[in-house]
Amino acid sequence: MIEIKNLHANIDGREILKGINLTVNKGEVHAIMGPNGSGKSTLAQVITGREDYEVTQGEVLFNGKNLLELSTEDRACEGIFLAFQYPVEIPGVSNTTLLKNALNSIRKYRGEEELDAMEFLTLVKKKMSLVELSEDLLRRSVNEGFSGGEKKRNEIFQMAVLQPKLAILDETDSGLDIDALRIVANGVTKLKSPENATIVVTHYQRLLNYIVPDFVHVLYNGKIIKSGDKSLALELEDKGYDWVIEEAAEFA
Amino acid sequence: MSSSTELKEQFLKQFQSFENTLNGERELPFHKIRKDAIEKFSSLNFPSVKDEEWKYTNINPLLSKEFKSADSIPEVYSEFIAKYLFDKKEFITLVFINGYFSKEFSEIDSLPKGLVLETISEAIKKHPKLVHNYFSKSASAEKNIFTALNTAFADHGTFVHVEENAAIEKPIQILYVTKADDIFVSPRNLFLISKNAQVKIIETYAGIGDKTYFTNQVTEFVVDQNAVVEHVRIQDEQLQSYHISTMSVDLEKSSNFSSYNINFGGSLVRNNVNVRFNDSFAECRLNGLYVTEGTQFIDNHTAIDHAKANCLSNELYKGILNDTSRGVFNGKVFVRQDAQKTNAYQQNKNILLSNDALVNTKPQLEIFADDVKCSHGATVGQLDKDQLFYLKARGIQEKEAKAILIYAFASDVVHSISMLQVRDQLEALLAKKLL
Repeated sequence: MIEIKNLHANIDGREILKGINLTVNKGEVHAIMGPNGSGKSTLAQVITGREDYEVTQGEVLFNGKNLLELSTEDRACEGIFLAFQYPVEIPGVSNTTLLKNALNSIRKYRGEEELDAMEFLTLVKKKMSLVELSEDLLRRSVNEGFSGGEKKRNEIFQMAVLQPKLAILDETDSGLDIDALRIVANGVTKLKSPENATIVVTHYQRLLNYIVPDFVHVLYNGKIIKSGDKSLALELEDKGYDWVIEEAAEFA
Repeated sequence: MSSSTELKEQFLKQFQSFENTLNGERELPFHKIRKDAIEKFSSLNFPSVKDEEWKYTNINPLLSKEFKSADSIPEVYSEFIAKYLFDKKEFITLVFINGYFSKEFSEIDSLPKGLVLETISEAIKKHPKLVHNYFSKSASAEKNIFTALNTAFADHGTFVHVEENAAIEKPIQILYVTKADDIFVSPRNLFLISKNAQVKIIETYAGIGDKTYFTNQVTEFVVDQNAVVEHVRIQDEQLQSYHISTMSVDLEKSSNFSSYNINFGGSLVRNNVNVRFNDSFAECRLNGLYVTEGTQFIDNHTAIDHAKANCLSNELYKGILNDTSRGVFNGKVFVRQDAQKTNAYQQNKNILLSNDALVNTKPQLEIFADDVKCSHGATVGQLDKDQLFYLKARGIQEKEAKAILIYAFASDVVHSISMLQVRDQLEALLAKKLL
């Protein structure tokens, strides 16, 4: 589904990603772990097309298309979804406005009919139960006055409505208590299908108890220095990152 | 001769022709008000940027033009008019074209009890006492050359008198349409809202055609004890036009006045909004929105005079400026020595959509009482990058994403308008301008 080859990216002239190679196939869940400042969120933002980052080398193919040539909005329409680490508040824009515009923009891009008000409402109500959000949220402004947990649940709710091919969850577990974490993780798990893929960016193993990854990668200093299966996450939880970093240094 | 004196000569000459069209009406006592006003006009000078009140507003482009008075009612496409009209079943509708009342487009049959609604020229004849008592009192022609000019040519416009205890449920829409043909129009409104009365009035100014025109407009409001008024003013004049307006509002005890001053059109627009609290416990909300593009220039000068104690004013003006357009906001709030327990809040917020757009904003509070709550603030910024990215990351195209954010920015100016149809139309006008 997505092939990342030798990806280098800068912000303000500083290199953050220093040659990322990663392939995610449909039906797979990949976890990207690593200490703070290793470039995890940068990778998520670069895939989404944040303009603050400059890609200096490498390529990203998404279902065969050159992703780096597409605008952020067209990437979303192709099926990429980022659940933000810090979802922004947008006073004056209701969740309904956001979702309706987003959904119909994506449908239009794919040459599908736009949904009318009734169809939209039916869909949205169905998806709300997935993350246990109440309907009055629809009328509220996007994330305005939401608690941390509500913001994260709202991200997963949006994901449920937009049904992306590739979902990237950027530190979705940070700041969540155990109940909220379970709700969010259950939502994500229910959305999993053989046709879509998920990249979970996190630095704790905890979330991976609920969203079980097929592959775990350790990102350090802008590179993936180790990959493994779900047992790697447990090992990291147990022993920290130092041993992986030392191991990688020996090979370098 | 400078262009300013030339334009003045033109208007003075046209006043003579105007007088000739009045025939017998020249003998009415009202005509003396016009004659005094034209004399005042003749003795005053057009303002220049050297005047503090016009510091950022250069009216030379207006002064260099020639305008003739409109002498007849032209044909205007009904589709154009329909764009601005609300449902005639739910609104009382008056349409003026080039200043002339259009029976064809208006709907003023079967007025509700307690509502007197006339054109100004009819009111002069039918209600001379009321007109004499209130006309040109709130908005004085003494110091303002444009008000003097409007008063001199006062013949077209609307007279509303809501009688005591009458609550008029149907909103009144007054649409002034001008067909651009190098003409000037002087719409004049006198709105008298009696004790315990309630009314909603929408004034719309719109233009069509490629040439230019000059709308010089004055509205006077007298809002008596306990009266409640909701007033929306929509200015969507054609882009070659000039528009200068003064709205003057007198508020009596415990009255409540909400104003929504929405501006989309015009090449050069200057609005003066003056509110006086003549007695205590009155409230007013002054909301404003200006949306400019190209080389448009829109200037809003508001002044709130807290002359008496225990009144509340809440002012919110927002600007959205694109291309090389310019905006001016000047908001004066006077709190006089007697006006203890005044609450006065003022905000002006602007979004610049291009690097070349410019806004001059000047809040001006003069407070002479010591037990008051007053605040003011002004901001100028761009669209929030993170919000824009968020919307785009959800698949919304950039243009729509910007429009959504701009509409959100504007929404708190208009969201308290009680008339859904009016809010919908404003949303449509805003969308048309943004997309």
